[in-house]
Formats: sequence, C-alpha cells, structure tokens
Amino acid sequence: MIGQAIQVLVDAVSVGGLYSLTALGIGLIFGVMRLINFAHAQLITIAGYALLVLLTPSAVLAVLGAVVAAVLLALLVERTAFRPLRGADPATLLIASFAVSFFIEKVTIMLVGSRPKGVDFLPALAGQVEIAGVRLQLLQLVTIVVSVVLLVTTTWFLKSTRLGLEMRAAAENFRMAEVLGIRANRVIATAFAISGLLAAAVACLFVAQTGLVQPRMGLQLVIIAFVGTVIGGLGSLPGAAIGGFLVGVATILLQALLPPDLRVFREAFLFVAVTVVLLFRPQGLIPARGLRERV
Amino acid sequence: MATAPTSPETAASRWFPLVVLVLVVLVLAGAAEFAPTVVQRRITQGLINLVAVVGLYVFVGNSGVLSFGNVAFMAIGAYVSALLTMPAAAKGVFLPDLPAFLANAEWPALGGALAGGAAAALVGLVAGFPLMRLSGISASIATFAILVVTYVVLGNWTSITGGQNSLMGLPIYVGLWTAAGWAVVAIVVAFLHQESRSGLLLRASREDEVAAAASGVHMVSHRLAAFVVSAFLSGIAGVLLAHFLGAVRVETFYLDLTFLIIAMLVIGGMRSLTGAVAGAIVITLLTELMRQAEVGVTVGATTIAAPGGLGDAVLALLMLLIILFRPDGIAGGREVSRPFRPAIAMPENQHRKAQ
Repeated sequence: MIGQAIQVLVDAVSVGGLYSLTALGIGLIFGVMRLINFAHAQLITIAGYALLVLLTPSAVLAVLGAVVAAVLLALLVERTAFRPLRGADPATLLIASFAVSFFIEKVTIMLVGSRPKGVDFLPALAGQVEIAGVRLQLLQLVTIVVSVVLLVTTTWFLKSTRLGLEMRAAAENFRMAEVLGIRANRVIATAFAISGLLAAAVACLFVAQTGLVQPRMGLQLVIIAFVGTVIGGLGSLPGAAIGGFLVGVATILLQALLPPDLRVFREAFLFVAVTVVLLFRPQGLIPARGLRERV
Repeated sequence: MATAPTSPETAASRWFPLVVLVLVVLVLAGAAEFAPTVVQRRITQGLINLVAVVGLYVFVGNSGVLSFGNVAFMAIGAYVSALLTMPAAAKGVFLPDLPAFLANAEWPALGGALAGGAAAALVGLVAGFPLMRLSGISASIATFAILVVTYVVLGNWTSITGGQNSLMGLPIYVGLWTAAGWAVVAIVVAFLHQESRSGLLLRASREDEVAAAASGVHMVSHRLAAFVVSAFLSGIAGVLLAHFLGAVRVETFYLDLTFLIIAMLVIGGMRSLTGAVAGAIVITLLTELMRQAEVGVTVGATTIAAPGGLGDAVLALLMLLIILFRPDGIAGGREVSRPFRPAIAMPENQHRKAQ
C-alpha cells in the first residue's frame, strides 16, 4: 500500500517536473516581452523530430541535435516574427504567436506527415529499479533529476549572473531596464535561447516516456503548461514553475484517485479545479510584481 | 456617461453598416442560387463560418480579449441540437444508453437550434463568471480550459455523445437559405449588441481599461454579457454545421476549427463587425482556391498539384503577415461607412501600442 503510494507520488513529481520545465520556458518569454509563446509547442516538436532523425548515429548526438534545433528555431522565430512586434500589446502578441505556432505546425505536417512515428529513445530507461523495496521506473527518477537540475540551474542563472539579473530586471519593468542601459536584443534573445533549451529537455524526457513523435506532441504539453502559468500567476517565474508543477502533480493524482470510469475525464476535473482556484485568486498563486498597468 | 452618438446626421450613418452587411449576405446567397451545387455547398459552409466568426467577434472584438473557447460552444450547440432532433430510431442504434427523455425527444429543427444556442449560452455564463474576472491575457489563456474541458467531456461521455464515434443520421435541413437566414440574424444580433449601452461601455473599456473603470464602467459584467451573447451565436453556428453535415464528431470541434475561425476574424479585422464578415467571406474563398490547388490542375498527362496541407500553412502565414503589417485586418478596424463622407473611424489608441 505504502509502496503503491510512493509509486504514484514519484510519478506525480516526475510529470510535475515536466510541466514545470514547460511552464518555465513559457514564463521566461512572457516575463521579458509579455508574449504568451504558443510556438513553444513547436520548439518541443522540432526537438522531438531532431531526436528521431539523429538517433540512429548516437543518442548523445540526438540530444545535442534536439537542443540545437530547438534553440535555433526559438531564435529564428524571435528574430523574424516577434522582434518587429516588440512593444505591441499582449493581445496582438498572443495572436501573432498563435499564427506562428500554427504556421510551423502546418509546415511540419506538410514535410513529415501527421502520423506519429515511433522513436526508441534511451530504451534502457524503461527498466525499473528497486529502492527500499519499492519498484520505481528509472525514467521517472531521471525525469525528476533532470527537472530539478534544470530548475536549479535556471534559478542560479537568473539570480547570480549579470545576464540573469538583467533578465529579471527586464521582466519586472522592461522600459525602466532599457532606460538603465540593458540591451533589449541580447536579453530577449537569451530568454528565447533558454526557452529553446528547456523545450529540448522536455522533448527528450517526453519522447523517452511515450516513444512517439508527432506534429501535435508539443501542443498537448503547452496547453496544460499555459494553464499552469496562469494558476501560478502570469509574469512571475517562480509562479510559472510552481503552477506547472502543481498542474502536473494534480493530473497524476486525479488519475490515481478518481474512480476508474471517471478517469477519462481527468483533464476536465483538472481545469474545473483550476477555474475554482482562479475564482479565489484571479492574480494567480504568486502574483507578479510590476504586471499591473501603470496609469 | 458614455452613450450612443447623438448628432442628427449619425442616425442614418449608424444603421448603414448593418444594412450593407445584411445586403452582402443576401446578395452572396442569391448569387449562389444560380451556381452549381458544389459551389453552393461551399458558400453555405462559408455562411456557417460567418455565423461562427461573428459569434466570436461579439466577445473578442468588443472586449479586446481573444477567446479560444468559442469552438467549444459550437460543439455544445451541435450536440444538444443533435440529441434533441435525431429520430428516436437512429438514437436507439447509436446511443442505446440515453436517458428516456432524450431518447424519445424529436424536437422540431428550430426548437433544437434554439436549445443548442441556449445551452451554449448557459455554459458561457457559468464558465465566464470566474474567467471574466481575470486580466485580459490570463482570461484568453483560461478560455482554453473551456475548449479542453468540453472536448474531453464530449469525447468520453460515451452514453450521451457516443464518445469518439460520429453521431450520424441528423436531419439535414441546413441549406443555402437557412444558413443565410442565420447569418443575417447573427449580424443583426452582433450589431445591436455593439450599439447597445453594454456594448459601447465594453468597447470603451477595451480602449482604455483604467479610464473606463474610473468613469464607473463595471467591465467584468459587460464582458460577461458579451461572452454569453457570443456563446449563443457560436452555439447556433455549431448547430448549423451539424445539420449541414448530417453528422457530428467531437474531433471536428477542436484546435483546427479554433484556428480557422480565429484566423478569419484576425485577417478580416477583429475590431469591427465589417471585419468579421469580410474575413469569413474572403478566407472561405481563399481556402476554396487553395483546395483546388491541392487537387491540382491537369495539363495533358501530368497533374500539377500543391502539396496537401499547403492551404493551412498559407492561411497561418497570411494571418501572421496581417498582424505584422496591417494589424487591424482587411477592414482596418472600421465599419463600412456611407460613401462621399469622411469615414467614421473607431477611436484609435496609439499610445497603448507604443508602450
């Protein structure tokens, strides 16, 4: 019984970590330019396809390829679509990123077709380990470790490096940061590069878990992570990470605790719960500073 | 207090856009009357899209908050009307587990349609109550919750909706003129709403939230009102689509349709009703052309065809280009106005763009 509970808990934390990384990638971009980046889904997708293509030579190359592909796409999208719109109101940016996201998705479908393809990425991780009498899936432990490492590294980067400090300053008040001599292009490009990196990590973990890539794979993750960022408080980076984590944990707990014939509705329960939380905390769990429009 | 424009010459100008837009729909339908059946079906589908786009516009255009949830209202309208109007025999085949009152219901078409719209409006009211309190951008994202919840519930509530399977055997009553009639109704409702006190106050809050609030405008309730009207019209659009195709499938009402409807509104121009109507018509024509291109042109023995899926990619690219270079869309944020007089521009709000 306790063993089962620990299994569910580990599962919940690993899925929470995955959504937390996704939400953090989205939250970073929202922080520096008030852009809800739908195209984050395609960063994950393209990293997934890079894994598919490069897996035959070696797994290490595949991971590197995934990172490079996602970072390059992130920078490309920033340069071509979002830079001309910098300073536009958030609603316009939202529509723009929606269009960018669909454009990349449709081009992907044109190039590779819409059918899922199997990827046997790191099959060794599918094995189980026994720790203190509890059987756990190795992949889940790896997911937790990778998530923690990336969250800690990102936090360290934001707290302790000059570029990170500039990024936090930009997130709090972009105009003031610019006035004080922070170079907008560099800060925003860095944010996109990091979000590409996080997307690649999510893609690797997700593909290892599902063994599939398909053009819509990123979107499923991103829609749920979006809701995580809203729950956490849009514009707050810890809020994004925590919100994403909670949403992921809640998904698994619902899966485990709901009676079997209601399990198929778990996303419905999740989103209704989210809505109820928003009734009481419309600004999210950790409201962002500096987001309220000044008069 | 903000009220409608009062100078005498505006009375005729005020109703001018409504008259023009209704005429456009009637002329389009009248022209389609003489077209081959295939073209007629496309135009009918275009008019159904128009109802959906106008439905989306009622909320998005007036509030400035993008909604990703309206396709869910279409789904609700479609399923409610399907369940109420399907012949009892067909329901016995597809949905043996229906509760008796649904299994025996054989409502007339109009009753089913209105019930579909009303059900969508009710869901809009309940879901909108918490969501409309959120700030604009959070509200947009949260409307995704409506889409996902509806998709999950309809797709898995097998005893009522048939789950992932199609519901077939719906009475097919939506032809060219039914669609045109509802398109006119949608335009009239949208116009009356945006000229109403609530609509005008909502538009004021769209232009400047802080100033509107300072003038005593309770934005949340006007947003909610617009959301409910918008949900009703979207529900009707779903009903029309269902009874045009004769079948409903939950997969129809998800991201692709959401994208199409939003693209139509954005490309037409989401700040005016004229834009919504123009977007629906122009994009229907454009997608039809792309469809032809994907089928290909046969020259001698070879067929030159565009790759499948090109149409969607072009549509997405077009939407992006519009946002980059003409953010107010084809209509430019204005309604059609009487010729030979300076156009009545919607109040612009440049300083917000420049922040």
